[in-house]
Amino acid sequence: MSEIAGTNKAASPGGRAIAGPRGRRMTIGPLEYGRRFWLRCFVAATFLLLYAPIFTLIIFSFNDSRRNIVWRGFTFKYYEKAWNNDGLFEAFTNSLTIAVLTTIIATILGAMVALLLWRYRFPGKPAYEGFMALPIVIPEICMGVAMLAFFSRIGWPSGMPWPLNLSAITIAHIAFTFPFVAIVVRARMAGFNRELEEASKDLGASEWQTFMNVIVPFMRPGLIAGALLAFTLSLDDFVITFFTAGPETVTFPVKVYSMVRFSVTPEVNAASTALIVITVLATIVAMRFQTPDKTEAT
Amino acid sequence: MDQPIVSIENVAKHFGTVKAVDDVTFDIQQNEFFALLGPSGCGKTTLLRMIAGLEVPTGGAIVIDGQDMAATPPNHRPVNMVFQSYAVFPHMTVEENVAYGLKVTGTPRSEIGPRVTDALGMVQLAELAKRNPDQLSGGQRQRVALARALVKRPKVLLLDEPLSALDAKLREQMQLELSHLQQRVGITFIIVTHDQDEALSMADRIAVMNDGRVTQIAAPDTLYENPTTRFVADFIGKVNLLDGRVVGTEGERVAVEADRLGRITVPHEGDASGDVSLVVRPEKITLANTEPDGDVIKSQGKVTDWAYYGDTSHMFVTMDSGLVMSAKVQNTTRETVDNFDVGDTVWLSFSPSDVLLLRE
Repeated sequence: MSEIAGTNKAASPGGRAIAGPRGRRMTIGPLEYGRRFWLRCFVAATFLLLYAPIFTLIIFSFNDSRRNIVWRGFTFKYYEKAWNNDGLFEAFTNSLTIAVLTTIIATILGAMVALLLWRYRFPGKPAYEGFMALPIVIPEICMGVAMLAFFSRIGWPSGMPWPLNLSAITIAHIAFTFPFVAIVVRARMAGFNRELEEASKDLGASEWQTFMNVIVPFMRPGLIAGALLAFTLSLDDFVITFFTAGPETVTFPVKVYSMVRFSVTPEVNAASTALIVITVLATIVAMRFQTPDKTEAT
Repeated sequence: MDQPIVSIENVAKHFGTVKAVDDVTFDIQQNEFFALLGPSGCGKTTLLRMIAGLEVPTGGAIVIDGQDMAATPPNHRPVNMVFQSYAVFPHMTVEENVAYGLKVTGTPRSEIGPRVTDALGMVQLAELAKRNPDQLSGGQRQRVALARALVKRPKVLLLDEPLSALDAKLREQMQLELSHLQQRVGITFIIVTHDQDEALSMADRIAVMNDGRVTQIAAPDTLYENPTTRFVADFIGKVNLLDGRVVGTEGERVAVEADRLGRITVPHEGDASGDVSLVVRPEKITLANTEPDGDVIKSQGKVTDWAYYGDTSHMFVTMDSGLVMSAKVQNTTRETVDNFDVGDTVWLSFSPSDVLLLRE
């Protein structure tokens, strides 16, 4: 045995020798996928296809031209223009208001549904679980039409002062985002060690104290992920909003759509860039709150 | 005798048609180190969880310190538990974990600090107070669980398989520490284990459970040397079990026709007749190359198998009748190992008083 160990210089069978960074020949191990040339090309191509459109959008928001095709120089003026465009600004405020309200209510509702499904057994539970997830499955256009029919049937008042004029859209958004929160939180709770809950009660905590001190902290990553999901889903929703918005209520996606019908100006690019920045910032803040995951069941 | 700290009275727990715990009755005394021992699925953990209040009995009563616990939820019982997974709260530091039980019950702040420091000192974790559980080893996490339960000053401490996740060396050390701790704090400990060594080395009394019932409750030495059933004899330690039939009495002794061993006479108190089981522990059997003298039961056979454990070796001797008996050889010198080998013809002998007769 020992003589083999001493003289074995052969590369692993799956390895292939290529020139290293300094011209040295280096062996690529069978599991070192990241060092394979063709794989790197593939990854690069994927990223390019994913992000090139977004970067183009951001770059052209600084384009000093009425048209969005040829680069004519750098300018901030379209950001100024977008800021001063009252219609666009109002749509933007509407969208953010709806998204924030939706996120808060959908997260609470979704978390409660998740707890119900995780904690209790009751007759018709599989059916309930299926129906709960329905808004995720059925086509958005159907949801939109259904919402429109529903609101007109019950005669939901329109033309109310702000922010009550957003109520129909907000309700529709909550209805289709809370299942996402429920599913994410439910998945998180599947990894919960029931002994933690029992230990808490054994140590003298009531049901409520156990919930607040043990279950909610464990749920937090799921809650944050679910809330982010609800926020982004609500913020960029077009179809359902289009059907439930009253004649005077406009949200950002709807406004952009109506602007694009005339011409794609850098103003639209600028507003979109602002939206991207807001979403990215929100994600970063949420990540910060989500301290490193040390909640694995022990 | 004082009033027992825990009384289990006809307690049963059925899951559907499965009787996890089936009409169990016994008492646990003040300051006792009591072990519930049995194979997995025998109902020992279910019984412990019923004492803690985490399972509701199907029938019977659990009385702790003179009070029926039927209507008392777990958070109001004077018992605390160390869970098998330790269940240390991952989002709290060691200190916060230990303080948790005091905080939720509204203990004054001025009292929590010293009590937590005290409890952490007791399990030698004072330096790790500010650590997060993910920075602790398995053994340390267990100490946290122990301190967290002890800080509540329970009347009874329940331990569910507390050592099963530790490696052999650490387990041995923790066995000693748990015994010392129990003597120091003077609290009744009830431990659930499937490990007979653990139960034998730590407990004052052991209840052996099988199929939801308690088979025997006794001190460790009684349990090992005088088991009352075949199951207990077989479950605790290694054993040679022979079938036999009582054929008569000769003075103080009983004559038994033992399966494939022949007629032997053994001392036995009380009456015996009919079919019996004979129990001989392997370490009571002596192996020799020459025929032994004296009042012994002896037989000649061939070594057919051999298991080496370092301090001891197990020799499996097959007799001409086909009977296989195992004998434990102490490796008292470095050469003892070479005394017997597979294929050797040996004499096997044991004293009649080392044979236990079970009426079963």
